[in-house]
Amino acid sequence: METFIAFWNILKKDIKNYYLKPPNISWGIIFPLSWTLMQLIRSSGNIDVIELLPGLMAMSILFGTTSMLAVTITFEKRSKSFDRLLLAPISLSTLVAAKILGAILFGIINAFVPVVFMGFLINLSGINWAVVLMAVILIAITSALLGLLVAVSVKEVFEAQTLSNFFRFPMLFLCGLFLPIDKLPAALKPISFCLPLTYGTDMLNSAIIHNSYFSILFSIFIIIVFIIILFYLCRRNIEKKWIL
Amino acid sequence: MQKNVEIVKVTNLKKLYGDLPAVNGISFSIKEGEILGLLGPNGAGKTSTINMMIGLSRPSSGQIMIDGIDAIKDIKKVQRIIGVVPDENNLYGEMSGFDNLCFCASLYGMGKEEREKQAKELLKQFGLTKAADRPFGTYSKGMKRKLTIAAGIIHNPKILFLDEPTTGIDVESTRQIRELILNLKKQGTTILMTTHYIEEAERTCDRIAFMVRGEIVKVGTVRELMENIDHEYKIKLQLDNCLEELKVELENKFPSYRIEVLAKNSCLIISKEQVPLSPILQVLDEKGVSVYEAKGIKPSLEDVFVRITGIDATKLEKVGR
Repeated sequence: METFIAFWNILKKDIKNYYLKPPNISWGIIFPLSWTLMQLIRSSGNIDVIELLPGLMAMSILFGTTSMLAVTITFEKRSKSFDRLLLAPISLSTLVAAKILGAILFGIINAFVPVVFMGFLINLSGINWAVVLMAVILIAITSALLGLLVAVSVKEVFEAQTLSNFFRFPMLFLCGLFLPIDKLPAALKPISFCLPLTYGTDMLNSAIIHNSYFSILFSIFIIIVFIIILFYLCRRNIEKKWIL
Repeated sequence: MQKNVEIVKVTNLKKLYGDLPAVNGISFSIKEGEILGLLGPNGAGKTSTINMMIGLSRPSSGQIMIDGIDAIKDIKKVQRIIGVVPDENNLYGEMSGFDNLCFCASLYGMGKEEREKQAKELLKQFGLTKAADRPFGTYSKGMKRKLTIAAGIIHNPKILFLDEPTTGIDVESTRQIRELILNLKKQGTTILMTTHYIEEAERTCDRIAFMVRGEIVKVGTVRELMENIDHEYKIKLQLDNCLEELKVELENKFPSYRIEVLAKNSCLIISKEQVPLSPILQVLDEKGVSVYEAKGIKPSLEDVFVRITGIDATKLEKVGR
């Protein structure tokens, strides 16, 4: 019960202090909306609008989640308020889980902004929502952990943004969002298979446009493996870098 | 309230950063209900020592036992019974004083009712009730320091670690904080405090450990530390003239005295024996120098610190508070 009280209050504090702040709410809405409009204008009727949805959702989660977590944690570490959390009698795993949950929820909400927008333009009845939700949650968790991994590796807020972009953009181009995995050059395919977003996007493709490269179960399994590895790396790096 | 039980025991504690020792094999203990002060200049290893004891840093070697628990092996158990006030005010700027305290209490698993009650009590005790709903970021330095201390004790810790509690704050807040520290001691809290203010250590600590270049060079009560140095008698004379020219003549006349000429027409007469004033006054009178004031000066903890560590006490950022 004591651990739950600490966990819940860390999460509540993060949501109130960071995620519910007007600039972040607007970021969470404007960013996915801009991507949607950009894609719609670019496609100019050449592709089915629904084909854009998996990519838009994946990008919204990836950018929303990684940005928020990398910046907020770097900020807390810099102001030393993160030390207060490290001094609490809760395990490091509980602390990591509490810190990433806020970002995960933020990412999930971000993901559904383009869905709501698309809902006004096209018929969304053929979508497998259970798989969509599962994919969104899994992408949000991996993105949050990637954000945390970035936060642990840097000291300054601007470094967090730079390092985030270093992996976010290559990931976007190689995960099958812009170019289907089967059309990627042979040399890039192995890299694509090493990216968690590849499997999340593939799940979204399967649920929304019924076209996927991997089976859903295989993608879920791979993403869970990524989550376990990333969680372990985050925990280890916090211990190594922040408990000197 | 002080008991004869060693609640904290540090043995051969060492912290290396590369080859550089920040803390070099220190050993000390703290009795239950005692205030131990770690006194030393910046970079002496005081904060590194505290960080190892509270779990923010890993020792290179050595042992830390806190209330019978091995702090290196089981730091989370230790963190349950300790409170920490870091040298920087690290509460959340955008949250109110009240919310900050409630949040800190929640980290120790305290229920909503209990933490709100405790937060209100502490705000009252620290004179911050009126500022309870204001964001922490808008507080003055003194108020921030007080709230940071309140956050460190909200869960009623058995042992409190205070890192430079009064650095950089005004005289009134310093006085209030020192009173609060002494009140905590009265309530039975064991305190380890670091400071570079000699006067603060002298006023608040039961025992003081002098720490220099990662080593503890001396530990004891103020009296024990004072007894440790060769006693010298000092008399400060306030004159109507500078004594520079007469210094050698006086020292020749009174070979057992050492004379130090100070600024503003004053001088110090230092001797191993008590100094009879009349012969000196007579000589000065003959030379046409009037003496307005003669004051006996007792050795201070500062003298002891300088004598033991060889460090110029002004480097401790001593302030006249």
